[in-house]
Amino acid sequence: MTGTNRIPGGLIDRDKPLGFTFNGRAFQGFAGDTLASALIANGQRLIGRSFKYHRPRGIFTAGPEEPNALVELRTGASQEPNTRATTTELFEGLNARSQNHRGSLKYDIMAVNDLFARFLSAGFYYKTFMWPKSFWERVYEPIIRASAGLGRLSMQADPDHYDKGFLHCDVLIIGAGPAGLQAALSAGRAGVRVILADEDFRMGGRLNAERCEVAGTGGATWAAAAVAELESMGNVRLMTRTTVYGVFDHGIYGALERNTDHLPDAAGAPRQTLWRIYAGRSVLATGATERSVAFGNNDRPGVMLAGAVRAYVNRYGATPGRRVAVFTNNDDGWRTARDLRAHGIEIAAVIDSRTDTAPNPFPEVKTLFGEAVAETCGRGGLREIITTGGKRISADCLAVSGGWTPNLHLTCHLGGKPVWRDDLAAFVPGNALPPGMRVAGAAAGQMTLARCLQEGDAAGRAVAEDLGRAAPAANVPKATDEPAGITALWQVKGARGRCWVDLQNDVTTKDITLSHREGFRSVEHLKRYTTLGMATDQGKTSNLPGLALMAEASGKTIPETGTTTFRPPYVPVAIGAFGAGAKGAGFKPVRLTPSHEWARDRGAVFTEAGQWLRAQWYPQPGETDWRTSANREAQTTRNAVGICDVTTLGKIDIKGRDAAAFLNLVYTNGFAKLPVGKVRYGLMLREDGIVYDDGTTSRLGENHFVMTTTTANAGLVYQRLEFARQCLAAHLDVHLISVTDGWAQFAVAGPESRALLQKIVDAGHDISNAAFPYMACGEMTVCGGIRARLFRISFSGELAYEIAVPARYGDSMIRALIAAGEPFGVAPYGTEALGIMRIEKGHPVAAELTGQTTARMLGMARMVSDKKDCIGNVLSRRPEMTAPGQPRLMGFRPVDRAQMLTAGAHFIARGAEAVTENDQGWMTSVAWSPALGHSVGLGFIARGEDRIGEVVRAWDGLRKTDIEVEIVSAHFVDPEGERLRA
Amino acid sequence: MLMLECPCCGVKGEETEFTPGGEAHLKRHGPGAPDDDFEGYLFRRKNPAGVHFERWRHANGCGKWFHVARCTVTLEVFGTYPAQTTSPPADILRRIRKKRPDWEGWR
Amino acid sequence: MRRYSVFAIAREALRHHQGWGRAWRAPEPKSRYDVIIVGAGGHGLATAYYLGKNHGIRNVAILEKGWLGGGNTGRNTTIIRSNYLQDPSAALYEKARSLYESLSQELNYNIMFSPRGVMMLAQTEHEVRGYRRTARANALQGVETEFIGPQRVKELCPIMNVSGPRYPVLGALWQPRGGTARHDAVAWGYARACSDMGMDIVQKCEVTGIRTERGRVAGVETTQGAIDCDKLAIAVAGHSGRLADMAGFRLPIESVALQALVSEPIKPCMDVVVMANTVHGYMSQSDKGEMVIGGGTDGFNNYTQRGSFHHIEETVRALIETFPMISRLRMLRQWGGIVDVTGDRSPIITTTPVQNLFMNAGWGTGGFKAIPGSGWAMAELMAKGEPGPLAAAFGLDRFAEGRFIDESVAAGVAH
Repeated sequence: MTGTNRIPGGLIDRDKPLGFTFNGRAFQGFAGDTLASALIANGQRLIGRSFKYHRPRGIFTAGPEEPNALVELRTGASQEPNTRATTTELFEGLNARSQNHRGSLKYDIMAVNDLFARFLSAGFYYKTFMWPKSFWERVYEPIIRASAGLGRLSMQADPDHYDKGFLHCDVLIIGAGPAGLQAALSAGRAGVRVILADEDFRMGGRLNAERCEVAGTGGATWAAAAVAELESMGNVRLMTRTTVYGVFDHGIYGALERNTDHLPDAAGAPRQTLWRIYAGRSVLATGATERSVAFGNNDRPGVMLAGAVRAYVNRYGATPGRRVAVFTNNDDGWRTARDLRAHGIEIAAVIDSRTDTAPNPFPEVKTLFGEAVAETCGRGGLREIITTGGKRISADCLAVSGGWTPNLHLTCHLGGKPVWRDDLAAFVPGNALPPGMRVAGAAAGQMTLARCLQEGDAAGRAVAEDLGRAAPAANVPKATDEPAGITALWQVKGARGRCWVDLQNDVTTKDITLSHREGFRSVEHLKRYTTLGMATDQGKTSNLPGLALMAEASGKTIPETGTTTFRPPYVPVAIGAFGAGAKGAGFKPVRLTPSHEWARDRGAVFTEAGQWLRAQWYPQPGETDWRTSANREAQTTRNAVGICDVTTLGKIDIKGRDAAAFLNLVYTNGFAKLPVGKVRYGLMLREDGIVYDDGTTSRLGENHFVMTTTTANAGLVYQRLEFARQCLAAHLDVHLISVTDGWAQFAVAGPESRALLQKIVDAGHDISNAAFPYMACGEMTVCGGIRARLFRISFSGELAYEIAVPARYGDSMIRALIAAGEPFGVAPYGTEALGIMRIEKGHPVAAELTGQTTARMLGMARMVSDKKDCIGNVLSRRPEMTAPGQPRLMGFRPVDRAQMLTAGAHFIARGAEAVTENDQGWMTSVAWSPALGHSVGLGFIARGEDRIGEVVRAWDGLRKTDIEVEIVSAHFVDPEGERLRA
Repeated sequence: MLMLECPCCGVKGEETEFTPGGEAHLKRHGPGAPDDDFEGYLFRRKNPAGVHFERWRHANGCGKWFHVARCTVTLEVFGTYPAQTTSPPADILRRIRKKRPDWEGWR
Repeated sequence: MRRYSVFAIAREALRHHQGWGRAWRAPEPKSRYDVIIVGAGGHGLATAYYLGKNHGIRNVAILEKGWLGGGNTGRNTTIIRSNYLQDPSAALYEKARSLYESLSQELNYNIMFSPRGVMMLAQTEHEVRGYRRTARANALQGVETEFIGPQRVKELCPIMNVSGPRYPVLGALWQPRGGTARHDAVAWGYARACSDMGMDIVQKCEVTGIRTERGRVAGVETTQGAIDCDKLAIAVAGHSGRLADMAGFRLPIESVALQALVSEPIKPCMDVVVMANTVHGYMSQSDKGEMVIGGGTDGFNNYTQRGSFHHIEETVRALIETFPMISRLRMLRQWGGIVDVTGDRSPIITTTPVQNLFMNAGWGTGGFKAIPGSGWAMAELMAKGEPGPLAAAFGLDRFAEGRFIDESVAAGVAH
């Protein structure tokens, strides 16, 4: 199909035709077109359906403010809903479809909503759908939901990827219209590091859309020359297709660059880049957005903003109509008539609502002063307009100008409030601008080209002066100061039919009146009650008219009624761009232990603990479930010897003359008297007295300790220790370093562990029970001179050691240990076997240290020394934490030994009802004990220490079990600790 | 989004490099101190809408804790200084007073 | 009060909706009330409503410095659930949830409570254990929840990628009668009902001082003049500390920013509410079609109503891992709210050092879902002068006494 509405001229490249489809129909456009301009050139007027009433809608604007012309772009996984045709650059093979209709675009079944519009007034749903009650859930809401939304998701994973970038500059200039380009020229010529960003694919802003003269040449030509000069400067970076969408604190700006959206295929390049721009200063030169006037059926396809009509005619060589009427309340509207005349397009009439305006410059054009458009007619598209004077004028396009609103959005992102200017009938930026920001041109309310250029130049030079550069003399290209008078007109008195304010969300003047009548009068109530300005166009063309109409209804001025304010983003931004960065497995990297490769080769199953991957169990041939493997590993450890990688435990080296005093501060129990060569268990509280972490600390020298922490808390404990060292006890001579990654550490546990280690430890180091008893530690060498640390500590309850070697020897160490253990039947064990054995021994871990656990609950109250200060000491003695009847960590075993316990079961007295009031505590951890041959559990139960031997019920509402259990000591295996001292 | 300059290593970075640590210049009380003092230390912290002094740690940097004078309403940073001080430095207090003439003072 | 119904709408439609009156009256404040409530958000309005309904106290004014419902009531992600681990929390939030069930009918205002089900994803073994424990606690508390496996998760939420490479879904804590409601409508519905009982809602009336006499509250100074009262309640999330300052005491509260965002509206693709605490993100689809997304709080005091850039990026990045198809969707609006966070992350419903001054604060990120229960408990506290069973555990004294209600056991972030 050829472009029926194509006219000569414009900035499109007629040598590069591009084929595209809309709703399956093939069209042709040119390079330099947007989807909207190409559709206009092809005479396509009906583009989509509105949100609520499914009214037919056409293209209304030529920019990001577009409320109507939203399409589903591309196909398959790349399908992108709600895409504005007005900012979509045309590319070969572009495939777009209209959205929000059932049946065809032309015959949308849902348009029936429009017939009931009278019943569907603003907020009607708050007043109904309540009876009968069950119908809301079953009938009403499902219907509402089914009709919600505009476009559709692809329902497939996004095939594209996104990037993130960081840029630094002296000044960020936002918008490359006349003011922005001139600001960049003046700052760039002074040597300032400039970034000039513009959302369009062609810099120049309105210069490309207007017939105007700058420095004796056409505006677009001047803009191209300015861009060429800027491109030649090494200190200037030009960013087209880049929207600065947000201002953040401390001179940080967010910008989205669309890298490949204008190409048929990204070909592996990122689709978009989310930039964070660090700019000491910025110049906001974002121009202004035109707005409409509320009159009857002002939403008909063919009704378009006057400036947009000029943009299509002048820039894109496409005319929205063959017989165009212009309706304006300001001088700028007349430019549309002038430009259309220059293009030889018939002008049906110019209707200017003002009476006090200058004489008609085009005597041959039908002109109506002091009149307005009352209503439009035409099924599916504009055919005729009727004026307030009752004149019927046939036209296929109506260019409307209600005035221009400065694009001051970014000035509000840090809380700035716009101020009202009557002469412009618009808000302009207030005084509280984001630090370092200047506003220039139409964004600041300068509505003439000459003023825009002057302000741009002034802003560019002022930035240079701020930075101490020699600013060049004022050098402003010559342009005319065209008239820009306006007399505000928000709605046409005597309009007939519904007058639309928010086109996308279908908000009419009557909705605003109703909102006022019902008391929803603040701007926020208005927005929320009527949904005005809440659509994907963010109310760019409707917020101010809505506010003005509320002011009229209240009999107040606009500034008395409220103000418009804005939050990021300036235009909607793809969520994928926000999420740019590591994806998939790289989303949050995992840490691997030194024995990882070895364990993986042995078929270990891994689990994640504090971002580490730890071996969970090591299945052997024939073992089909984790329980069999874990039981075997635990039994092997208890009967012979097992080895477990415990590198993930946090390790902190603590050195200095006051190291012992420091430990006394951070642990509840004393460390000052710990002899060199000994290890002690330590308990750490939060300052509020709750247990925070535990572990062992070894004294390797008079002034040298090494602390271990739990895996999950390693980083946090280190941070707390640094806090204590730097802020609470700065007077102490103590230094800390985290050595978690520096040392590979293995637990060697079981009756044969000493024999095994004797084969590893170099001769000359005596690790016999007498020389190296329980809780001994020391530095020694292993495997022929490798530096090592050996600790005789036990988590399993067996005779056990932990041996640490520099991490680079970790892989060799596990292999050496396993080799040395072969004769003893050694088995590596994972976290499951570890868990079984620690439950059998009654050691608390994360399931017990919940952030509500006190030392008293663990039976460790005496570990909180009353002889010294420590973190948490004072508040651990608060009344509720020491009151009688507190839960106590105890062991539990089923009365019927064949029954299996479950963690999370609650303890209820026999015969009592299972309700909260009878709750006595809960089971924290359970395991089937291979050592005992039955299920065992740990749990907190009120006054547990006095109730050994008592039988209660473990009630599990999830598994629906109710098991009698006996309260026992938490130490199921070797309560006297003989084995670990063997 | 905050930009902070670590007074210990001089590096300026954005907030992701740092970890917040609550109100600064709190005096920790030891055993024997009234419960009320301890409760004040832990729970009844200042929560001003305006000038605030707080602890931060240069966690992804030199590891040092330090103090920041900051406005909680505008996020403006008046200055940073070492943690081993019992009161904000005079020059920072002067800077705050200049910008917030009606500020009631730090204690 | 004009009763709302489909018939009323039909009648009005025929006369162009000329007959609707104000949803709530806008009176000048009187010089004295029995009760003044500071803050016309959900909590303040619900407190007033239950004071009138349950206790017959109707000489009440609700003062609002801005516009009604404009604080966190109008800024949250509208999730309603009660699957809490600790007994006092579960009791309070379940009371609220059960009141939400019939609130539309009770208020004659459709607040669009939508019990579409809430699932909290378990994406680590630690979470599996935690949520299983919560499900068991809920069973005892009478809160209907269950722990479901990844298959059921996928059935309930087909757009989720349950086998992602980094954080596969291992299961979820599922509350079938949790859901969402239209947040603004909750405030408007309560306001209309309060106004109907003769209570005065005064907007643009900022409290600038609290007057006390011999340790007892006497009234407030406002931008619309001084007003006397017997009893005073403060329910001003985000500004509780400032009001407490006026009354001369300090709260265990810090104010931090919480961020949220919504996408452009799309056709329905997700029916349930999904919360993923490992990655600090949660998401639901509104009746309008927008995806509503929330994240965690910043870690520093902040009154700016905007949070950190990187924080929201992290949330979104995480959600894309679980919902890869939302990537091409666009973010439409982003905003922050100021939330009051206490030492144990649980709320405060309490008497104060000033006699007859009551405080409702510290809801952190979880205030919206609690509104009816909170109002109920607060009204009881104010009417009787001492807390009833719902509020008893949430007193200010718990910090000194060491009686925390810490929910972090079960959840990384509590929403």
